[in-house]
Amino acid sequence: MDATQNAAPANPGTGLGAGLGAGLGAGLGAGLGLKPQHYDAACALPSSRASGLWFEVHPENYLVEGGPRLAWLEAVRERYPLSLHGVSMSLAGPDEPDVQHLERLAALCERVQPALVSEHLAWSVLDGHYAPDLLPILRNRQALTRLERRIDQVQERLQRRIAIENPSHYLHLPGHEWEEADFLNTLARRSGCGLLLDVNNVCVSAHNLGFDPWPLLCAFDPDAVLEIHLAGHQADPLIGEALWVDAHATPVSEGVWRLYQRLIERIGPRPTLIERDGDVPAFDELLQERERAQRGLQAAGWQAAQAAGLPGMALAGAARGRQAFRLGATHAAA
Amino acid sequence: MQQLDLNSFQYAFWAALWAPEPLAVAAAGLQTRPDWQTQPGWRVYRNTVLKGCVDALQANFPAVQTLIGEACFSACAIEYVHAQPPSDSRLLHYGEGFADFLAQCEAVRGLPYLPGVARLDRLWSQSHAAADAPHLWPENLQALAVTDLAERRLHLHPATRWAWFAELPIGSLWRAAREHWDDPNPPHWQGDGLLFARAATGAVQWQPLSASGAALLAACAQGHSLGVAMAAALEVQPDTHHSPDPHPAQTLHTLLSLGAFCQPPNTKPCT
Repeated sequence: MDATQNAAPANPGTGLGAGLGAGLGAGLGAGLGLKPQHYDAACALPSSRASGLWFEVHPENYLVEGGPRLAWLEAVRERYPLSLHGVSMSLAGPDEPDVQHLERLAALCERVQPALVSEHLAWSVLDGHYAPDLLPILRNRQALTRLERRIDQVQERLQRRIAIENPSHYLHLPGHEWEEADFLNTLARRSGCGLLLDVNNVCVSAHNLGFDPWPLLCAFDPDAVLEIHLAGHQADPLIGEALWVDAHATPVSEGVWRLYQRLIERIGPRPTLIERDGDVPAFDELLQERERAQRGLQAAGWQAAQAAGLPGMALAGAARGRQAFRLGATHAAA
Repeated sequence: MQQLDLNSFQYAFWAALWAPEPLAVAAAGLQTRPDWQTQPGWRVYRNTVLKGCVDALQANFPAVQTLIGEACFSACAIEYVHAQPPSDSRLLHYGEGFADFLAQCEAVRGLPYLPGVARLDRLWSQSHAAADAPHLWPENLQALAVTDLAERRLHLHPATRWAWFAELPIGSLWRAAREHWDDPNPPHWQGDGLLFARAATGAVQWQPLSASGAALLAACAQGHSLGVAMAAALEVQPDTHHSPDPHPAQTLHTLLSLGAFCQPPNTKPCT
């Protein structure tokens, strides 16, 4: 695919002109999860507020044959880069991936040419039934082999690198053979996939399982991190502060903002998404949150990274063909 | 540390996840209740899954929820989730069996119209997500002579759906719920029908449908010519002068105006 053909329109004010946006994904600063009630506001946004803006959706909501949903998505895509963040591929599940689902996802990718495609280190399907959640796995050899094979299958079909997100943890599970970051780094090395580092998930997991979030954030391989997620969490309504839930129904917490800023100062800027799924406020309120992330990115050198076409921001490999993600596997074997 | 086979863990997790009540030890196939099921965080998964399924049903069956209220709807939905969990991760499609389930559901016994209302909610979703196709508008047929028109086969737009209910005013009840009528009671307690079609904007529109209109659409769907379809409609509505329903020719014009038909596939659009 032609990487520049579908690049977002240059946004005045970013200093990005033709020629600087090397590769698909260039120009991705802070983005927002897109909700149907905000389609119109998103399309009507003045360019003064759109520097680095991009949108992420769950592809499951758009795997339809036609109709207004796809039309809305395409209208947004005409103006901004898009990311497809899957929630149901069940890559770590006992069932083999649903081939029909993969075909539909491939067709959607063809249609909207996303800058990023991601999924989760989780499972949600068993014996053909679907549980709408991201269920926990045991990080053992069996899981690693299974994930590596399936990510290979997905990347092969989509002809692009995908990013895998670290989950939120609520349980102490027996039988992990790897720490989370080691497991994901190994998976990224072997399969050539990238990582989607969710700072809120790390924060929630650290609180619930009782560890320090910062060393975990530092343990993820910066070269593999293609995207960062930020979201709100809240105390469980019954159990209270002892259990935080990754509910995406509140603004990003100050603790997560602090970790985020430290992280991007350490690893450099990355395309960053504000997720909001519950109690969705007015579009302007979300925009203000995303502008805070955009300022953070700029403080961490976003503009310089753009101008230099640094791999992290240009998402090198995100849209590359088979050879690129195979390089990862070769590298691991060497 | 205890070594656990990944699949064994996942099957045990799944069984406990979907169990209507916290799972008995024996049913989980484990010697003792696994430690993770006793941790407070375990509930997060059970609640998230159940809520995700119920939310999807609420989103897919808004007229049913309006008519029976949120509490009653949730009770029915929870029962349905355990009977028929989703099998498609596109939750827009969840609830294929919900209408039939409501017909058997104790909590809504005495509401014979409810399964029909659920069917209409589902037809709306199908229309919303159906494939795109170039519409056939009334002006596309204007140039045709009457005899040519009679021989013409009209193709239904992929987003066109309809239902006719002979016994109950289910179309009116559905509209009362979706259009938030102040008085949800239909003006006449008699059978009626409803048509869904996608407008040029892509929005799903609906319109009351007569028995003869339903017959006309059914004949078109079966591939009959317009002449045959009109004859089928007139058979249902022989006394066009005294019927409260519009004349089938008028109905045809309305259907065309609503975008119920599309250009024939694999031909260049007629002008």
